[in-house]
Amino acid sequence: MAQARFDMPHQVRAGEVFKLRLLVQHPMETGYLLDLNNRRIARNVINDMRCTYLGQEVFRIEPSSGLSANPYIEFFLRATQTGEIAIDWVDDRGERGQVKRMLTVV
Amino acid sequence: MPTPATPRRDWLQACLGASAWTAWGGAWTTGVGSAALGLATVPRAQAQGMVSGKLLSLRDMLDPIVAAAPVVRSGVHIETLILADNGLSVPFRVWVDSPMTAQDHVTDLWLLSQRNPVTVMAKMRMGPHLGRAEFSTRVRLAGGQQLVALARLSSGEFRYQVADLIVTEAGCVDGS
Repeated sequence: MAQARFDMPHQVRAGEVFKLRLLVQHPMETGYLLDLNNRRIARNVINDMRCTYLGQEVFRIEPSSGLSANPYIEFFLRATQTGEIAIDWVDDRGERGQVKRMLTVV
Repeated sequence: MPTPATPRRDWLQACLGASAWTAWGGAWTTGVGSAALGLATVPRAQAQGMVSGKLLSLRDMLDPIVAAAPVVRSGVHIETLILADNGLSVPFRVWVDSPMTAQDHVTDLWLLSQRNPVTVMAKMRMGPHLGRAEFSTRVRLAGGQQLVALARLSSGEFRYQVADLIVTEAGCVDGS
């Protein structure tokens, strides 16, 4: 299964804009490469990734084969209140991954 | 220079194939024409269903998204490499001048590639919750080209910026 490294502050002040960083272990197969038997390797990329904060979708990215293998993304969020931040993704094979973290707003 | 035994057309095709494979410029291929002939036996990128080597114009990239809306080259900033040694993973950061308030924010952001077989490298849905219209990632590039970051503002207006990159080794090539 997909593994991921996720980094964000545990505690922020209300109204503060903070950085989220996510690195997912995924081959991001383009669909153009050939295997050792000269057969085409099927495309398999993460095609949808959503970030939800307090149950509401705040950021969404639809990558194509244009993102590197083991995709790394970095974006910002504005803290409003204490709650859960989750990032969900799905690839072409339908495999899903998720990271979750509680954000404490002081 | 072509050897007398090689017809000019074969030689040019070999150069084209080699330049698509290495994604280097024509100047380099003509500079070492004999090396290009040697590379002609290597599987060409085209054989793998890629349209590598074809560069889209700015209009080709923007028109399918922008349609008739106004589009301005300002307010978007790109930070990336000028010379990338490896097209498999090129750091790319883009940010948009926007207060990111409920009234005035970036709604969508596209990363577009001039040469990749898939033009839209990533499409982002943004909103005022982000606080800052900034995004970083690592992109995969099929050779030297221009990259475009296109942002749609909540007013319906589009803004973009272009970055020129030289990529010495393309990211979509498979020699296996």
